[in-house]
Order: sequence, then C-alpha cells, then structure tokens
Amino acid sequence: MREEVASSCPVPKVDSERIRLAHGGGGRLMHGLLEKLILPAFRNPLLDQRHDGAVFDVPGRVAFTTDSYVVRPIFFPGGDIGKLAVHGTINDLAMCGARPVALSAAFILEEGFSIEDFHRVIDSMRVAAGDVPIATGDTKVVDRGKGDGIYVTTAGVGVVDHSLAINPAGVRPGDAVLVSGDLGRHGIAVLAQREGLSFETTIESDTAPLWDAVSELLRAGISIHCLRDLTRGGLSSALVEIAEAAGVSIGMDECAIPVSEEVAGACEILGLDPFYVANEGRFVCFVPATEAERSLAVLRSTRVAHGAVLAGRVAEGPRGRVTVKSRIGALRILDMLSGEQLPRIC
Amino acid sequence: MKYLDEYRDAEAARRLADRIARAGTRPWTIMEVCGGQTHAIVRFGIDELLPPTITLVHGPGCPVCVTPVELIDQAIEIAGRPNVVLASFGDMLRVPGTNEDLLAVKARGGDVRMVYSPMDALALARANPAREVVFFAVGFETTAPANAMAVAEAHRHRVSNFSILVSHVLVPPAIEAIVSSPQRRVQGFLAAGHVCTVMGSGEYEPLARKYRVPIVITGFEPLDILDGVCRCIQQLEEGRAEVENAYARAVRAEGNRPAQALIADVFRIVHRRWRGIGEIPRSGLALSERYAGFDAQVRFGVAGRATEESSECVSGLVLQGLRKPQECPAFGARCTPDHPLGATMVSAEGACAAYYRYRRFSEASHA
Repeated sequence: MREEVASSCPVPKVDSERIRLAHGGGGRLMHGLLEKLILPAFRNPLLDQRHDGAVFDVPGRVAFTTDSYVVRPIFFPGGDIGKLAVHGTINDLAMCGARPVALSAAFILEEGFSIEDFHRVIDSMRVAAGDVPIATGDTKVVDRGKGDGIYVTTAGVGVVDHSLAINPAGVRPGDAVLVSGDLGRHGIAVLAQREGLSFETTIESDTAPLWDAVSELLRAGISIHCLRDLTRGGLSSALVEIAEAAGVSIGMDECAIPVSEEVAGACEILGLDPFYVANEGRFVCFVPATEAERSLAVLRSTRVAHGAVLAGRVAEGPRGRVTVKSRIGALRILDMLSGEQLPRIC
Repeated sequence: MKYLDEYRDAEAARRLADRIARAGTRPWTIMEVCGGQTHAIVRFGIDELLPPTITLVHGPGCPVCVTPVELIDQAIEIAGRPNVVLASFGDMLRVPGTNEDLLAVKARGGDVRMVYSPMDALALARANPAREVVFFAVGFETTAPANAMAVAEAHRHRVSNFSILVSHVLVPPAIEAIVSSPQRRVQGFLAAGHVCTVMGSGEYEPLARKYRVPIVITGFEPLDILDGVCRCIQQLEEGRAEVENAYARAVRAEGNRPAQALIADVFRIVHRRWRGIGEIPRSGLALSERYAGFDAQVRFGVAGRATEESSECVSGLVLQGLRKPQECPAFGARCTPDHPLGATMVSAEGACAAYYRYRRFSEASHA
C-alpha cells in the first residue's frame, strides 16, 4: 500500500513518512530534508549560497519585519499556514510602503508531523512568495506533544523607494479612509474548518499579497498617509490603533463597508461582529480627501483590492474615538477587541 | 441578506420612530428583558432614534450575567480537578469568580474548552470515556431544551462520564420580581422573543393582569425592537395592559410543545439565586429526580458553597433597571471588559459591556 501511494504522489520520497527528532538534529536526516525538500522548492541564488545567512545589496531605506504563525487547522479553505506566513510578512512590508526583496522562513516541527503535509506547506510558500526569494531559513524539531504539528516564522526585508512617510503619524483630519474589500473571510473560513461548521457555500480565506495594490497606488503618485492590514482584531482594532497613535478620531459608515452574504450569515449565527473578524488580504488606506476618488480607481483596477470602497473620514479628536454610522443611521463606538474573538487564526 | 436586511432598513426604522414619537404624550420607561435586545439596541443605536421622553432600561436577560458567583467558583473548582474536561459557552470562561475566571484554570493546565452546543460536550464525553466531561449549563428557557436534550441523550446511551453544572433561570419570575419591587420604575416590558418561541405567551398573561403592565413579545432586529416599543407605548397611552405578540414570525401562543415536554422531563423548578439580585422564588431549573445522576454539583461534591460579591459592582441594580451602566463610578475606569468587576461587563449581552463597547464617548458624540 505504502509503495502505491508513494509512486503516485508527487512528493519526493524522503527517509521516513513522518518527522523524527533527528530531522532537526543537524545530521544526515536533517540534511536529507533540506536537500530533497526545502532547497529544491525555494531554489534561488541567495539560498543556493548555502551559507549561514544571505548576503545581498539593498539600496536606500529598508523596512524589516517578522511574524510567527500558529494557525490551527494548518490547511483551511483558501489557504494554509505556509501561504499565510509568506503573505503576512509581504503584507507587513507593503504596509510600510516597502517592496519586498527577501524573506526568511523558520520552522518548528513536532515529532510525528507528516512529511507530506510539510511538503504541501513548503510548496504553498514557494507559490505564495512568487518572485520574492526565501533567502535563508531554519528547521527545528520538538518532542511529540510539545508543539502543534508545525509553527512557521517568517521575516522580511523590503526597500522603500519613495519619499513618503507611511505611518499613523501621517494621518490628518479630513483624510479619506478606504477599505480594500469585503471583511471577515479569513476568520470565518478558519473557524468553520476548525469547528466543523458547514454553510451552504464554502467560505474561503482572503489571504493574498498586498504589495501589488500598494505599488500601484505609489506608481499613480498618491500621497498615501497610512496603510494597515486588517489581521487579528479586524477593522475595528486597526482603526482604533491608528486613531490613538495619530491623535485623531475616525467616523465610518457601516453601509459602505462590504461584507459578503456568506460571512454576514455566519457572523449572525455565531454571534460575531464582522468588524472584529480577522482578514489576511484586506487593508485600510488613509489618503488626502482630494485623492480619494483617484485612489479608489487605482485600487479597483488591481486583483486584490477590486472591491475597494470609501468607507470613512478622519476628524480632529477626541483622540482614539472611532464611530460608525449604523445601518439605521445612529452612531456607535468601535472599540478594540477585548479578549479573543477566535483563537489561533494566523 | 434575506430575512435580515428587511429588519434593518433605515427608512422603515425612521417611520417607526416617528410613529412612536407621535404616539407618546408622556414620559415612559420600558425594559427590554433580554440581553440580546440590549446588544442590538446599543449596537444599532436604536435608542438614539427614540424621543427623549422614552427611556429604555436593560433587564436581567443575560444568562452569563445572572449566574451566581458561587456557581462560577464551583465550575472553577471542578475544572481544576484531574481527569476533568469542563466545557462551556465562550462568554462564561471570562466571568470573574471570587478569585479568578475559568481561563485562569485553563492557563494553569485545566482542560477547559469552549463549545457551541451541549451536544458537542456530550460528544466529547463519548470520545473520552476515561475522563469526566462537565458541561456548564447556563441560560434561560431558550437554551434549556438543548441542555435537556444532552442529558436525555446521555441517559439513553448510558454515558456515565457526562454531567452538567446547572444554572438555569426563568424569565417570568424575574419580571415578577421587578414589577413587584417597591423601587419599580419600569412601566412596560419587551419580553424576550426567543424565550417565548419555546415557552409561548401564556405565562405572561397573569403577570400583565396582576400588575397592570403591558408585555410585548419582541424580536431582536432594529425594526422588531422599534415595533415592540411602539406597541408598548400605544398600550400605555391607552391605559391597556395586555400581552401582545410583536414577534409572530417566530412565536406561537402555545410555544414549542415538544421542547416544553423535554424541559419538564429533565428539569424541575427550584428557587434560584441571581447574581447581583438575590434569590427569586421558583425562578430556576435543576435536574429532575430521574436525571439527578447527571448533576455535577453532586458528583463532585461542590454544592452549597456560598460566596460574596464584589461590593463595588452594582450589576444587580443595572440588571433590575435601577441604574444605567455609566452611572457606576467604576464603569470604564476600574471596570472594563479586560478587567471586569462583574459579569455585566463580560458578556456581549451584558449591559455594561455593550455600553463600554458602543457608548463610551456618547457624551462627546452628541456634542
């Protein structure tokens, strides 16, 4: 049986079906994992140096970021932990207005983790990274029961080749607040998969790299004031953080913010508020009001932000106040998430 | 979304609000009984559409909020024992007991799990026959049928490692406690639609007659609530005190008979303490004799321990409609959703949490 599976499976055969402690031990097994699985997948000139680190030239200002991924389940509709880890770091760079130039990938594997699943994760990272080289990495194995299959940490270096200062301090009263698309797909996709909840249609994660959309805005000469991807805590937490850091208030319009029917329905059933549900391919963009229409046109021409909307305005204080005009026309406060709405979503 | 957007229509909401404004000639105070309604009122800003003469006060219908602290302490004690899985709805995990909450037990190594249904807890018990699985069964008449079903199924399939820690409460005795109080402010009630889906409307007739109070069975969407308020105001203005069904798309006069039969089989009516309010006679459910073997209080020997409330928390007054959340000196300062002093600050249905989340700057937003 085993042989049949192996012969019909595109996964290169390594020394065993499951991760053993020795796969992280620095010896022959670890070498095999690297040679047969990781290096061929990520192949690029920086990694092929086979050095302790990657050495390369970077012009001008640099953005540098890191993030760890512990999502459960590892595979979910629309993505997996590997895709999330690559997109997440590319997106953190993009939100600094930085073009990603190199990533690192570090894995903590649990003894007994399926090598086929590891291969799927690696392959998904290769596809997600596209032209951005995964230039260096590391693999460790922990005892069975001491991990949860696989944890992934990525770091990224990006180049800032424009003179804008894209950060919360740049937000000004009067700025337009653009939301790049509909909310809540990632959080609901992961929750539904984990809890075995099924809806009439499968909700897929929105995980996606956001650099292309940001780069189009920059190319169009938009004076972006601030960008923030809407990950854990959702739109609400991102807006409150920015309003506090910038010392402004923000007013949003609930009717303008798209939520797909599937996500809205799932949220109603589960008692969740889509404004707090996680996304992995959505961002909020602060631009001068005079450039709002042009920014929307640029965003809507891109694949990841074709559903962009003008959803709010920045006003002077009180600092940190985010209000939303509800569907029936009354105002309510958006606050940061207290506690956890959903555990382990990224 | 169909069956939802229709009940959130801004234009229709404004028309109803106008009708309420025209109907009301005097100040009136109305209580929405259910925490789900409180949440919707604050989330959509429904009360902002009402004329200033109409005051909505928030009732005791938040199951997490009224679960007495000793029950939470008992759950914490059980969850801390070896070989136990304690399963509960998510909100319950963050409610402070005397010293800590259930999440603190989980952080220390206790097996505390969030489930979406008591049947999930029963499935856990069947999958882990060598462990004791305890479900923390809280709620009103709405959740009672599912909890009863879990116990009845456990009984039928002889799942001996399953038990429930019961903190079930009933709406009509709570309404009676509020209307019969000498401090009564409330002149009309919006009864909880989903409770009536199970129990029907019959239980409310004697209350409306005896206390001369309108009781309007109301749903949870903005238009439902405005419609409930409108009908309540019309009754008050006309001097009527009737039970009226404004949630006819879900509630029938007789309720759900099979669900009632299940509740009657598995549970019996008992006196129960409500957090912040005190004991209300015949206001709760406990397991009936036939199912007494599934009582976690007995199985783990934790019954009968009483504990004291935090003296600073005024949630009892909030739950009886005698105090608004922001009138509490601790609100938003020493008491926040991250550091709650009382349960009304924890649950999404708790009045204090709803105000904190949606209303903290309300003075400023009107300025």
